[in-house]
Amino acid sequence: MTGIIELDDDNFDEEVLKAELPVMVDFWAPWCGPCKAIGPTVEALEKTYGEKMNFVKVNVDENPVVPSKYGIQAIPTLILFKGGEVVDKITGMVAKEKLEESIKKII
Amino acid sequence: MAADYDLVIIGAGPGGLTAGLYAGRAMMKVLVLEKLVPGGQIIVTDWIENYPGFPDGISGFDLGEKMKNHMLNFGAVIESAEVKSVDFSGQEKKIKLTDKTITAKSVILAPGAAPRPLNIGEEKFIGKGVSFCATCDAPFFKGKTIVAVGGGDTAVQEALYLTKFAEKVYLVHRRDELRATKILQERAFANDKIEFVWDSVVTGMDGLFNVENVTIENVKTKETKKLAANGCFIWIGILPNTKFLDNSVELDEAGFIVADSNDMATTCEGVFAVGDARVTLLRQVSTAVGDGAIAAISAEHYIENI
Repeated sequence: MTGIIELDDDNFDEEVLKAELPVMVDFWAPWCGPCKAIGPTVEALEKTYGEKMNFVKVNVDENPVVPSKYGIQAIPTLILFKGGEVVDKITGMVAKEKLEESIKKII
Repeated sequence: MAADYDLVIIGAGPGGLTAGLYAGRAMMKVLVLEKLVPGGQIIVTDWIENYPGFPDGISGFDLGEKMKNHMLNFGAVIESAEVKSVDFSGQEKKIKLTDKTITAKSVILAPGAAPRPLNIGEEKFIGKGVSFCATCDAPFFKGKTIVAVGGGDTAVQEALYLTKFAEKVYLVHRRDELRATKILQERAFANDKIEFVWDSVVTGMDGLFNVENVTIENVKTKETKKLAANGCFIWIGILPNTKFLDNSVELDEAGFIVADSNDMATTCEGVFAVGDARVTLLRQVSTAVGDGAIAAISAEHYIENI
């Protein structure tokens, strides 16, 4: 378990696309209430599944390149990557159970 | 009776959190169930300026956090879980979650509501131009054109927020006047980025990947036209989150819970209802808070007498 790592435009490819484990990327911004609100949910998921996959987040305010590459027009958006490919994209506030369903499909 | 809890509160918006605060102070054993995140719909509100005690206004997220922490101080517990169904037929109320069933002597229903969709096939553009949350998504529309839909307080307030980022906001409303409170109307009429499109409804939208055009129809002339727009933000009212209740308590034809405005009692003994999901004249943070306080005391009185 390594906690949730904050990535940026420069290290995203290395840490996500080339990662050995699946990765959940949380696209967020400090002005977004719902993003802050789902923070504890993502942290709880990291505690449960952190051995089997990585959890990272990208601040869309400070990093324009990656969010635009993945067509982010709404946050919170969570994207699940496996082997460098997008396998699931979840936009908006969703229940923890729904996120767990998505995670269980890829680990 | 060996119920798991004195009181289970379903929903952790302002109504549920206030009920939890009062019940906690009354030393009841209280569990609050929340399927998404504590705070409820105010989480998506950028700024709340009509909740007393905050003369400069407060962000919805911050107010929700304060209410949650305030309640936790008095002993109520929050669990992240979705209620699948309820059985209120016996004196002991049963609440079915995904992985277990819990029992309570009394229940306060505070499930709140969700934004009503247009139902014109806009789902496929959610996250690609369609949004129900200006505070989340408006910054993605810097210098762009947005269609906002609705004429109530939420629609007008959020349309005003959109103008901080967008170049132009069409406010499409099905009537020829706004329902929003006067102070919001005045601000909207004075804002030269907002163009009002009266007597009109959205009937469709198109775009290759993201929203490019929003089609509107004038309800009087039946004339349709396409507005070139990158986004469509929808605030045409709410739907109560009451499906899980089935027929356990009386609902009105729109699905809102019928409850006595004197004591918040539903048609099922020992079950009370508060906030936006209740049949009521006004749905505000301040009214939900009032409902929550009354319901907690009603639940306490009910338990003392069973």
